Amino acid sequence: MPVMTYREALNQALREEMRRDPGVFLMGEDVGVYQGAYKVSQGLLEEFGPKRVIDTPISEGGFTGVGIGAAMVGLRPVVEMMTFNFALVAIDQIVNHAAKILYMSGGQYNVPMVIRGPGGPAHQLAAQHSQSMESYFYHVPGLKVVRPGTPKDAKGLLKSSIRDSDPVIFIESELLYGTKGEVPEGEYTIPLGLAEVKREGNDVTIVAYSKMLLLALEVAEDLEKEGISVEVVDPRTLRPLDTGTIIESVRKTNRAVVMESGAGFAGIGSEIGTIISEQAFDYLDAPVERVTSANAPMPYAKNLERAKQPTKERVMKAVKKVLAVS
Amino acid sequence: MAIQVVMPRLSDTMEEGKILRWLKKEGDRVEGGDILAEVQTDKADIEMEAFGSGILRKVLVREGESARVGHLIGVIAEEDEDISALLAAPEEPGMRLASPAVASPQVAVPPIVQPAAGRRIKASPLARRMAREQGFDLSVVAGSGPGGRVIRRDLAALAEAAAGGPRVASVLPERSVPEPRVAVAAVPLSVEFEERELSSMRKAIAKRVSQSMASAPHFYLTVEVAMEKAMELRESIQAQVSDLKVTFTDMIVKAAALALVRHPAINASFMGDRIRFYSQVHIGIAVALEDGLITPVLRECDRKSLAQIARDAGSLIERARSQKLKPEEYTGGTFTISNLGMFEIEEFTAIINPPEAAILAVGSIQAKPVVVDGQIRTGHRMRMTLSCDHRAVDGATGAKFLQEVKRLLEHPLHLVL
Repeated sequence: MPVMTYREALNQALREEMRRDPGVFLMGEDVGVYQGAYKVSQGLLEEFGPKRVIDTPISEGGFTGVGIGAAMVGLRPVVEMMTFNFALVAIDQIVNHAAKILYMSGGQYNVPMVIRGPGGPAHQLAAQHSQSMESYFYHVPGLKVVRPGTPKDAKGLLKSSIRDSDPVIFIESELLYGTKGEVPEGEYTIPLGLAEVKREGNDVTIVAYSKMLLLALEVAEDLEKEGISVEVVDPRTLRPLDTGTIIESVRKTNRAVVMESGAGFAGIGSEIGTIISEQAFDYLDAPVERVTSANAPMPYAKNLERAKQPTKERVMKAVKKVLAVS
Repeated sequence: MAIQVVMPRLSDTMEEGKILRWLKKEGDRVEGGDILAEVQTDKADIEMEAFGSGILRKVLVREGESARVGHLIGVIAEEDEDISALLAAPEEPGMRLASPAVASPQVAVPPIVQPAAGRRIKASPLARRMAREQGFDLSVVAGSGPGGRVIRRDLAALAEAAAGGPRVASVLPERSVPEPRVAVAAVPLSVEFEERELSSMRKAIAKRVSQSMASAPHFYLTVEVAMEKAMELRESIQAQVSDLKVTFTDMIVKAAALALVRHPAINASFMGDRIRFYSQVHIGIAVALEDGLITPVLRECDRKSLAQIARDAGSLIERARSQKLKPEEYTGGTFTISNLGMFEIEEFTAIINPPEAAILAVGSIQAKPVVVDGQIRTGHRMRMTLSCDHRAVDGATGAKFLQEVKRLLEHPLHLVL
């Protein structure tokens, strides 16, 4: 199976979908001539021309609105946020328009658009440019939210998101663009709303996505040596959430640890924890543990940036806590 | 001053009680000490007292209904007092108000402290379910989780000990596997049946015996006792002391009491990390009831004469049969005797009454051919089987005790001197 980077996988997905459907087009800052701020759209302007790869001014509210209008009349825009923090400038468009037009129009207008871009912490991008933005969006009825963690998931899920007839918030990660992984040859898609067990185990379930997934898998490897068998479940799509796979795993292992890179309060960990206590209460041997970032804006200083986020040690501690071992 | 009337815990194992009869009704004046109601517990029917004086303003649990221990069942207050606050917040003793808050690094959150736990058992939901399904009493399982919480592995150990008993494939192998879907073969002919809900006594018995067998490794020692002299003595007593009725059980109680004093290792309890040796001998006698059994306890048998034992036992057994025993009359035993001789049972093995270390099962006295001094004679023999908890008692220890009981019964004048 070919191995490629997460960035290349996304590039392939965009290319394949743009070839397949002439209504698919890409807009965003520096996506064309500059080849993409993170080089995800490399070579696309050359192949598809300026009508399908559009460099926009720095005006997220404006070009997101343009995308929504285009989607309503039957095109399939892929709107890039240079980093997802900038989606805050367009949040009225996303939450009040993209999410609600299908409902408010009584079903007359779908908004089949994808808003994609890197999100979450990177390296010293500081408070305003390091936010885990999914929490703003998975709460909104009418939006789908995807956060792929591997190149294979990134390609398959981006293709499905572009083909989806609802607005999809597709959040990648700066720190994942360079990671490599196996990607199947040929045409394939991964359905939205389907989690994947990335590693099987018996003693504890860790739910983790995006960058946290990689940390969880590392921790699982280390704990294997201590005789603890960790099952890692990657939700992949946060909304709609595949609760079935998560519950099945917790019924097997009886303990759960949920990781998120956001600040924790009312984060996905609390939602998943509640779902587990609702649907798998009698299978729980310990309360659900959350491992999240600290409740503070992201510091600029490297050591403080590290201190704010989940680390291997904190994850291991959480696992050992639910197992009641030291 | 308004008083909450809560369902009292009338026995160690009681979890809920049923109101059989209210002796006072709403609006009646009650004085402290008055009996408010008759309550059925897992062991017996108890009279519940009022702990203060006033008007019984509110009765919250009706006749025939049950309430859990600690739950509000009524309110006593003066005529004009406002009792709305008491009615609005029924609380279990030691109920957790909130989990302690996890303080984040930056924001100081005042920790919400758990009130000092009453008798609440800490156990994970999984452990509770396992205990329910397996019939274990959580209150006697030591928890190894945080704060003494009972978790899966604490019950897994018990279940392993119980494996081999009449249990179906359990949900708790160490590596827990999703519950196997058992294909039930279709039964071609239907079987008629009648189902009966468990009474509190039945539930309590089920729990105790399961827990006993699961946690105490039992072994059994049997002796055959030549009862001729004991029978003679009993007949003599009948003839000479006409107002005293002495049964064989009474004699066995006395013999056991004397033997327990001489073999204190049997008069003990295994306490997990130590053994408790009791300095008094309180022997329980198993009494069959219509729907179960109960074990009234004869206190300080070692200090009582055979006559006293006979009298006390007689009265206790009568009250046991009419379910009028008080809690202090059926708890606190250090040893138990169970006699099924009256049902022609020759011998049997009994299940130890936790937390005791042993139980003596007595069979019937049988006329049988025996060899004495090389000659075949008619003997009257009785077989007794001692069940011992091997965690506290070893074979030789148990054997010596049993031998002593046999010796005393075969030389029964010791019982009256």
